Amino acid sequence: MDMTFQKYRMALVAAAVALVALASSVVIIPETHQGVVIRTGQPDRIFNMFKPDVPFGQTGAGINFRIPFVEEVQLVDRRVRDLDMERTQVLSSDQQRLQVDAYARYRIIDPKRFVERAGTESQLEAQLVPILTSVLRQELGRRPFATMVSAERGTAMTNITKTLDAQARQYGAQVLDVRIKAADLPEGRPLDAAFTRMETDRQEEAATIRAAGQRDAQIIQAEAQAEAARIYAEAYGKDPEFYDFYRAMQSYRQTFLNGEGSSAMVLSEDSEYFRQFRGGKK
Amino acid sequence: MRVFDGLRERLGWATKGLAMAGKNNPWGGGNDDPGEPKGESGPGGDSGPRNPWLPGGGTGEGGKRRSASIEDIFKNRGPEGPRRAGGGGGGPTFRIPERPGGKSWLPIVFGALGLIWLAATSVHFVQPGEQAVVTWLGGKYSRTFDSGTNFTAPYPIQMVEKENVTQIRSESIPANGQEKLILTQDQNLVDLSYVIRWNISDLTNYQFQLANPRSALLEIGEAAMRAAVAKQPLNVVLTGAGRAEIEQEVREKMQDRLNAYRSGITVQGIEINKTDPPARVEEAFKDVSSAQQDADAATNRARAIAQQVLARAQGDATEFNNIYAEYRLAPEVTRRRLYYETMEAVLSKTDKTIVEGGGNVMPFLPLPEVQRRARDSVAQPATPKQGQ
Repeated sequence: MDMTFQKYRMALVAAAVALVALASSVVIIPETHQGVVIRTGQPDRIFNMFKPDVPFGQTGAGINFRIPFVEEVQLVDRRVRDLDMERTQVLSSDQQRLQVDAYARYRIIDPKRFVERAGTESQLEAQLVPILTSVLRQELGRRPFATMVSAERGTAMTNITKTLDAQARQYGAQVLDVRIKAADLPEGRPLDAAFTRMETDRQEEAATIRAAGQRDAQIIQAEAQAEAARIYAEAYGKDPEFYDFYRAMQSYRQTFLNGEGSSAMVLSEDSEYFRQFRGGKK
Repeated sequence: MRVFDGLRERLGWATKGLAMAGKNNPWGGGNDDPGEPKGESGPGGDSGPRNPWLPGGGTGEGGKRRSASIEDIFKNRGPEGPRRAGGGGGGPTFRIPERPGGKSWLPIVFGALGLIWLAATSVHFVQPGEQAVVTWLGGKYSRTFDSGTNFTAPYPIQMVEKENVTQIRSESIPANGQEKLILTQDQNLVDLSYVIRWNISDLTNYQFQLANPRSALLEIGEAAMRAAVAKQPLNVVLTGAGRAEIEQEVREKMQDRLNAYRSGITVQGIEINKTDPPARVEEAFKDVSSAQQDADAATNRARAIAQQVLARAQGDATEFNNIYAEYRLAPEVTRRRLYYETMEAVLSKTDKTIVEGGGNVMPFLPLPEVQRRARDSVAQPATPKQGQ
């Protein structure tokens, strides 16, 4: 054993040195990132730079080389990234408040400039978020509340995207789009007011429905009464005099037979009923 | 062996640094005390223990050593180092058993391990519904596998990441049944929950294009949903009349955006689970439906009464008509008959008093009614009829 090591000593040392040199000069760039080679503080060249239509596998990702110790490689995201904004209050042109939650998506298209001016992704985002917030306030603040809430924010959003994109390009990033995720009424007074309005809306609706029901009920009853009157008139109208008699008979029965309480009658002997008592004379 | 010696020397160089650091620590020698001359000539340099952690002074190293260092540990080992298999008597006694020929098993063991490693990392079974993305050294994209048995160069030369691409994933929004209020066209709020069903349609794009595909999907979904709901008035959203339309619109919008990012995601469908009025105004909404019930109840009752009235009228009319028909045949007789029948029925059930001459009958009347009246108002005993 000792002998073999002795024999190949030089070769082994050379191999080890070569291996170390190789290991420190090879960088593997994943498909998801671009690598910026920084030579003594200056961005020099870029591995796997983003180009829109190059298929994966031909992009320059994978094994790349750098000069050890002299060059450093900074990995920069190559994918579409989120720029998430905190919820902000926006004042519409008619002085109503709205809580807006927006997001932007961007991609770093100029990694060299990005490394020089922004540094890292989180630094870039820290730069862009305040810009996005203020642009959003400006653009939406020109519009009345109703259009802010509605989906017709088309021009506002393109304006915002343009402005933000112009800013982002100074840092080597491209803003793909800006969207409003949510536009809500702020907690507190505005939200309470909206709830109250909804509530009173419903109360009005309920009252209307109930009143309409009462009205319909009355109409139905009235129509029935009218119809009944017509039926009575048709029948009784044939002989009003007989109706008078007939109804009187019915009424007597109803009053004395079916009515409540006992009744006593004082009859005069010359009543019609006792005509035959009197011998038939009137 | 020399190589290892060299390595050890380098290590030793490094550990010297450590030892130096050790001298500066609070338990190290007092050499660095201000005012005291630096170096080994310090008085009491090796007299007595410096601290409880060190052995007493006067070790074999002489006054030069103040504290044990890693270097000591190395020096105490044999020149071969402790782990050499063929080490001297001081080395470990364990030996790998030898083959019958007196050769080591080592090459065979390594060979077998190598083969296992090759087999395990270069054959890939991709399950049905899955795809796998192959990259060189985790960097450059190589190819995509469909389901089946596939071969690659062994790890780490080629790396494989499998992902299920046919499985429909669903995202419930909001996640745990919280209230999610969305503004409608008429600036009302609706509490809405929905499910996004999606799958991966292009695995390479899914892995390489978006930094955070799932959160992008959720954000795009929320933006699209709010935009779609903002186009519909509250009632349409609540009743579900606009539901299909909203779902369709959200799906199309989301897919547009996702395609624009080349996200590799396909939205299979959007389902709106729930559209409720906000909890705070729910009572008012319930009251509307109960108002509808009340109204229906009122009209129902009215209809019942109407039917009664009509039926009564029809019955009365028919009765009259029938009797009238009889009456027409013999008016006088019928009239008399009706009169007598009625009087008979009435008078047979009542107390009767017949007064002759038709004069004033009041004095004779023990009528309970009159008696009561008289009792009630003694001051006015006379009724108006008394004067007749």
